[in-house]
This record gives sequence, structure tokens and C-alpha cells, in this order.
Amino acid sequence: MLGVLIFASTGGEIAITLGMKTIGEPKRLRPKELAVFLLRALRNGWFWTGVPLMALSFYALLVLLSWDPISFVIPASALNYVVGTLGAKFILREQVTAARWAGVLMVCAGVALVAAG
Amino acid sequence: MNRDLRLRIKTLVMILAMVVCANVGDLLLKRGMNQIGAVPVSLVGVTHAFALTVTNGTIWIGILFLSGFMFSYMTVLSWADYSYVMPAGAFGYALLTLLAVVFLHESVSPRRWIGVALICLGVLLVGQTRPSTTTVAVSEAAD
Repeated sequence: MLGVLIFASTGGEIAITLGMKTIGEPKRLRPKELAVFLLRALRNGWFWTGVPLMALSFYALLVLLSWDPISFVIPASALNYVVGTLGAKFILREQVTAARWAGVLMVCAGVALVAAG
Repeated sequence: MNRDLRLRIKTLVMILAMVVCANVGDLLLKRGMNQIGAVPVSLVGVTHAFALTVTNGTIWIGILFLSGFMFSYMTVLSWADYSYVMPAGAFGYALLTLLAVVFLHESVSPRRWIGVALICLGVLLVGQTRPSTTTVAVSEAAD
């Protein structure tokens, strides 16, 4: 179930990012332009690839939370940060510099420690 | 330089909105699922739990906050790197710990403080990098 959670949430977020990058950013952050932006997102194929994956990860999270204490679930899902960064580098072609990797690893360890209490 | 600063501030504001909505949403979900109880792993058990989930008010308010999270998340990802937004969003865990200490007077273990320190350092490190490194987003930001 944890594997499902990590795969679905990372896959979903990467698909959403691809979708948002295709649409491009709203020119101004005004209500009208944000509404147009949202409508364009709703017509995007990548967005609709990401949504079912995120829904799956959401349901996997609900089930995990009902089985295990949050202090296990969140540290374990901290692995998301590493998997997600690999996805960003190889799928989204983002430049993950050494500084960013170091930051991601610190955040990952930090999240695990915080949630383990 | 000015454009770079504007990009950073815009990204920071959206990440803060994300963090607040996500934390409030998660807390409400946890409370709602506690009301429902442990979900048994069987078709009947899961179906029954699903029915309870969609009729629970706390869960729905949680979902509303998570929709706010989703919208700010989608917006920030239209210009910023996923590998920038994702670790920066972890700042929420550090924030939760500080809020617990200040408002709930909870005692926090040394291990958890080390975690908070690591998250803050990690977020600072990621924050040093350029928020947007892909060509599409760079040309968009130049507008």
C-alpha cells in the first residue's frame, strides 16, 4: 500500500506538472485570469492523467492512516521527495543541482525525523 | 534581477498558501478518519468505508482545503520547477512543530527538533537555487 501511495502520488504530481507547464502561467493573478487558467487546465490531457493517480494516492493515504499512526505514515512517505526529484530530473528535465539534491535529502531526513516524533 | 526577485516572491507566496491549505486539510482528514475507524481490507469493508467517507462533514471541509491546496499547487507549478516546489512545501512540517510549541505548549523531543532544523536547512538550500530551470517556464517568466 505504501508503494502504491508513493508511485501514485509522484506519478500524479509529475503528470500535473507536465500539464501546467504545457498551459503556461497566468499572466496576472487576477480572478478572471485564474478562472481562464483553471478552465484550460481542465481541458488538458496530462492533467487528467494526473488526477486519477492523485485520487488513487489520496485513497491509499486514507487507508494507510486508518491502519497506522500518522507518525509512521508520514516518515515513510518522505521517500516521495527522493522519488519525486528523480522524476523531475529524468522526466521533467529540470536542472537538479548539487545544492538542490542536498536540500532535498535534508528535507527528506528532516520530515522522517519530525514525523517519527 | 528585479524580475528574478518578483519570481521568487510570487513563488514564495503561493508555496505558503499551499502549506497552510494542505496542513489544515490533512488535520481535518485525520480527524474525519478517526471518526470512521480502521478500514478492513475486504471489498465490503472498503466499500462501506467509502460510503462513510463521502457522508462525513469533517472530511468534506478537509477536501475543500485540499482543493485550495491543489489550486495553488497547480498555479505555482505553471511557472516553477517541481523539484523546487516539492521540497519547499516541506516547510509546513517545521511550521506545524513551531505552532504546536507556541500555541499548544507541546513538548518536542530533541529528535524532532533535529528534524525541524534539517528541514529548514534543506528548504534554505533549495531556496538558493533558481525556482525555474526549464526552458518553457523561463520564456514564460520573461514576459
